[in-house]
Amino acid sequence: MSEETLTIALAVNGERVSRTVPVRQSLVDFLRADLGLTGTHVGCEHGVCGACSVRLDGAVVRGCLLLAVQADGCEVVTIEGLAEAGGIADLQEAFVARNALQCGYCTPGMLMTAAELLAEARPRTREEIRTFLSGNYCRCTGYHAIVDAVAATLEARLARGREGSP
Amino acid sequence: MKPRRFSYVRAESLAHAVRLLGEHGDEARILAGGQSLMPTLNMRLSSPRLLIDINRLEALSGIALREGVVRIGALARHAEVLRSPVVARHLPLLAEAMPHVAHVAVRNRGTFGGSIALADPAAELPACTVALGAAFVLESAGGRREVPAERYFTGLYETARRPDELLVEALVPVEQPGSVSVFMELARRQGDFAIAGLALHLRLAAGAVGDARPVYFASESRPTLGRSVAEAVMGKALDGPAVEAAAAAVERDLAPVGGAHASARLQLHLQRVLTRRALETARRRAAA
Amino acid sequence: MSDETIRALLDRPNSYVGRTLSRAGARRAVAGRGRYTDDFAVPRLLHAAFLRSPHAHARIACIDTEAAARESGVALVMTGAELARMVAGPWVGTLTCFPGMKSAPQYPMAVDRACWAGEPVAMVVAASRAQAEDAVERIAVEWEELPAVVDKQAALDPATPPIHPALGDNIAFRRTIDTGGVDAAFAAADVVIEEVFEFGRHTAVSLEPRTLLADFDRATGKLTITTSSQCPHMIQRVFAATLGLPDHMVQLIAPDVGGSFGLKIHTYGDELATAAAAVRLGRPVKFVADRLESFVSDIHARENRVKGRIAVSGTGEILAFDIDVLSGAGAYSQYPRTSVLEATQVLNVTGGPYRHRRHRGRATVVYLNKPPSSQYRAVGHPIGNSVGEHLVDRAAHALGLDPVEMRRRNVFPDDAYPAVTASGVRINDMSHQRCLDTLVARMGYAELRSEQAALREKGVHRGIGIACFIKGTAPGPHGYYGTGGAPISLQDACTIKLEPNGGILCAVGVTEQGQGTDTVMAQIAATTLGVPMESVRVISGDTDAVPYGGGTFGSRAVAIGGEAVFQAARALRAEILDIAAVLLQAEPSALDIAGGTVVDRAGGARRLPLAEIGRIGHFQLGELPNSVQPVLSHTRRFRLLEDLYIFTNGVHGAHVEVDVETGFVRLLRHWVVEDCGRVINPQLADEQVRGGCVQGLGGALYEHCLYDAAGQLTNGTLADYLVPMAAEMPDIDVAHVQTPTSVSELGAKGVGESGTGAAPAVVMNAVNDALLPFGARVTTQPITPEVILTALGRI
Repeated sequence: MSEETLTIALAVNGERVSRTVPVRQSLVDFLRADLGLTGTHVGCEHGVCGACSVRLDGAVVRGCLLLAVQADGCEVVTIEGLAEAGGIADLQEAFVARNALQCGYCTPGMLMTAAELLAEARPRTREEIRTFLSGNYCRCTGYHAIVDAVAATLEARLARGREGSP
Repeated sequence: MKPRRFSYVRAESLAHAVRLLGEHGDEARILAGGQSLMPTLNMRLSSPRLLIDINRLEALSGIALREGVVRIGALARHAEVLRSPVVARHLPLLAEAMPHVAHVAVRNRGTFGGSIALADPAAELPACTVALGAAFVLESAGGRREVPAERYFTGLYETARRPDELLVEALVPVEQPGSVSVFMELARRQGDFAIAGLALHLRLAAGAVGDARPVYFASESRPTLGRSVAEAVMGKALDGPAVEAAAAAVERDLAPVGGAHASARLQLHLQRVLTRRALETARRRAAA
Repeated sequence: MSDETIRALLDRPNSYVGRTLSRAGARRAVAGRGRYTDDFAVPRLLHAAFLRSPHAHARIACIDTEAAARESGVALVMTGAELARMVAGPWVGTLTCFPGMKSAPQYPMAVDRACWAGEPVAMVVAASRAQAEDAVERIAVEWEELPAVVDKQAALDPATPPIHPALGDNIAFRRTIDTGGVDAAFAAADVVIEEVFEFGRHTAVSLEPRTLLADFDRATGKLTITTSSQCPHMIQRVFAATLGLPDHMVQLIAPDVGGSFGLKIHTYGDELATAAAAVRLGRPVKFVADRLESFVSDIHARENRVKGRIAVSGTGEILAFDIDVLSGAGAYSQYPRTSVLEATQVLNVTGGPYRHRRHRGRATVVYLNKPPSSQYRAVGHPIGNSVGEHLVDRAAHALGLDPVEMRRRNVFPDDAYPAVTASGVRINDMSHQRCLDTLVARMGYAELRSEQAALREKGVHRGIGIACFIKGTAPGPHGYYGTGGAPISLQDACTIKLEPNGGILCAVGVTEQGQGTDTVMAQIAATTLGVPMESVRVISGDTDAVPYGGGTFGSRAVAIGGEAVFQAARALRAEILDIAAVLLQAEPSALDIAGGTVVDRAGGARRLPLAEIGRIGHFQLGELPNSVQPVLSHTRRFRLLEDLYIFTNGVHGAHVEVDVETGFVRLLRHWVVEDCGRVINPQLADEQVRGGCVQGLGGALYEHCLYDAAGQLTNGTLADYLVPMAAEMPDIDVAHVQTPTSVSELGAKGVGESGTGAAPAVVMNAVNDALLPFGARVTTQPITPEVILTALGRI
């Protein structure tokens, strides 16, 4: 069988892109190799570690379990886009301040997932935060500082929300 | 771990999808959520010639209540089922099971139909559908048919679906007043495949069990209705002796297979523990 | 320099030493701007994939690569035999300091026999990884299966054929330590506890897998390797020697590394093959170990069976330890660090916190048809601590003593140093007593005990565990690698330079994997020099740009590398003050540097910005007398002079709840109090401990490489090899006692492995504490529900 390809057109971090790709190419490989968006990482290629987490049409998904061709007509946001848009600046700041990352390899996926938790804008216990992040593997931090960073960011946002400030 | 080469087609309609299935049979795979399929392709454990992407088929999506039956489209994402007020209100067993299904990112893509079609022995949804007396609608070029969940799961990763059939939707009767359900599973880590699990649905009338459907999963090759366990509590109140009798009956209903994370004897033991705990929880919930 | 002067330098008001500062690298990473080896876009890049042996032990009767070579996109196919003809070698993983140690010659890819399932046998280099994998499937191999040795006891059995016939048997190494008088001590003891412990095989599972990108420039003969390694200089040395290139024509760059934990201090045949392919093709070639192949080709560790005995007097005094260690290595002793250090460390550290005088330890390391094993975070300590601390708890229980009290009676007192452990290890500057006291207070130990008793009545079974430890950090040249002849630098270096604008470039031989090495080096340099942090940039991980070093392993970066920075910075400071003194016509001793400016030592008046020294020293030499030749670049090296290691100490506490019906363990909370000497950055030190703890907890409860009788790894995916995830892990409280080491002026010891070394010990103690009312105990790790329920007699 020869290498079947397909031309796709999608929005990545707000920018329209069009490429011809092998149908067997994963979304994460496409983002990294074809678009140079190397912030999303590959850790297992079977959907367990979460390093490849990206946002597809508003929801966090495993980039290694999606074919690039499936993202045709969709909106993809990677960590680069998330960072540039500024919407998680407080979360990033909290991660840095609490050293909620060491090697940084799990971090984009961790931030992507935490951003989805924060978007639901409701109080969570530490246990609930841990459960929400249970699909993102980190070998370096032992998770404690990550939970601290997410909890602190959530608390600050909810407080701002209560105070009515933006 | 890159997949072998395959052909890819995006189904434009339900008719298109079933026609392709009819043409290619076992050489084709349905690509829905892909959360179970893609790992097998990446690991080169499976090499279909054709992937039929059904993700754009609106006809397969949605969750709706109609005349006492909740219709869950095959493409309903786990995240949708988890958040659905219809499911929360009318199918509490399913609502209780959903947080155990994998993790956030997998739930955002994985589908109800995908879980049913794969019939992984450790999966939560097949057991719930059997406990709730659901039925599945299958469509082929030859038409539609309905298969009750209790007859759908025929063996290890084996279902009643023929290679030329597409799973369209699940029809789940709402849980009636006077019924109580409990979902429990044991997994080494949050979101892992369960090593023992029980989806229990029973009716209680005047404090006595009217109809008990304890469906065991993870220890067996397919969701297994515990008939002896059910018999042990039929017509009785869920008191200590009845619960003990039920736990003792577990070994008559189950033949655990064991696996990497649990031996067969561990699984049997855990299913007994879950039986006790689920029945005790059912009693408390019925009283509340 | 006197203690006082050092303290004056490091402890002054604006000192960065002892201060929490965020890492510069962190900001990049949260923006998705990390640069890992797989991130570099390189023109004309090719990709390598490997055919790996499906059999644990098999002869390669015939290998046909013709069909593979014809596949689309393929640039090169190479068998193990072809590679062996191209490179020097084979590798033999022995150290001369271990008399009697033996290992079979190992080729980077198997030549006529594969000795573990996963061993690389042939390589395809193609235009894409997918195409390379397609072509790998077209390589035809005729295998003749041989019996596989999978069990440690069977490996020892003389009736079992040796994996490598030329070695005569399957024994890699035997070692015995014996103070003498051990049998007499046991005979005289009031309490003797004997137990057998099993430890499962682990692998590191770094999230970024092993990755190597090699590019060979035929025009110049220079090989450039970018790789996720902790030890660039060692890889440079080994690869240069194996490929037949001079060291100075090989550049090793370690960019951002996505976790390593010791996994990436080793040399791997598939990586060497990738570099050889680049040399052969004159084109860049990249290899990324995917997750499935990582499980069967990364080094393994921790597979041990230990028989342990403790002899105790009626008053709770530990009289003796006696341990017998059977360590399961892999098919070869990993080159060049070997596969025997783990067993050696178990002998060194078991019972290490205690003052007993009689001690015997025997270790046997056997070959198995499994992936080679070698150093992985906390090498041997999780095993030694688990054995020793369990036996201490058992003895305490037999005597009706509280486990904390038992330890109080037996640890080396804080004023006992320098001392030597009964196992023969030199220890100094420790604080077992202070750490224990601090832990007990932080845990609320007494309250936990009362709560435990109350909950037991209600059928809720909580356990409290304590585990003391010693940890060997910062190995010295008189240790194993040095005396054993390994091409590994046990000293380290810093070159520090003043730039024309007053900025500081600090190049170090130790490396960064996210633990904060670069930041800590900058804190030391900035403090010593008297400049703001922003003026310092640390360069690491590039053999072209840094002085020769050993990289990061064995918790050595701050202890050894940091001291080199301190000394180099001090030398630069002295030269700056000398030049300033000439310019200002003052005495150097009347001057100081603060905030990047030369100031009067008395009164602090600002005299000259460093930028002036820089300008004059680099450009305007006319402003200085001819007798003054500015250098403004200083290199200093540091090493341990006598000791094998700088040993540290500490204690862990754990609070767990055991569901005695299901065998599931809930980790409620974890504490660590440890002494790593002078702490440079408290937050980074804490986070090293936390991360290390969780890695240890993973090993204690979840992780296990499961092998069947045929030598197949049956759980080699992330779904089946259970690494610790957020939902199961506890919050971890960390505190430090600071007893500076006397071997350096900075006084810093290593901290990176202290969490991992004793977390398994303390959680096993906590679980056993919970099970006490049932008369049940567990001595197997991982402590799975199966293990607990079996101990309880429930299954």
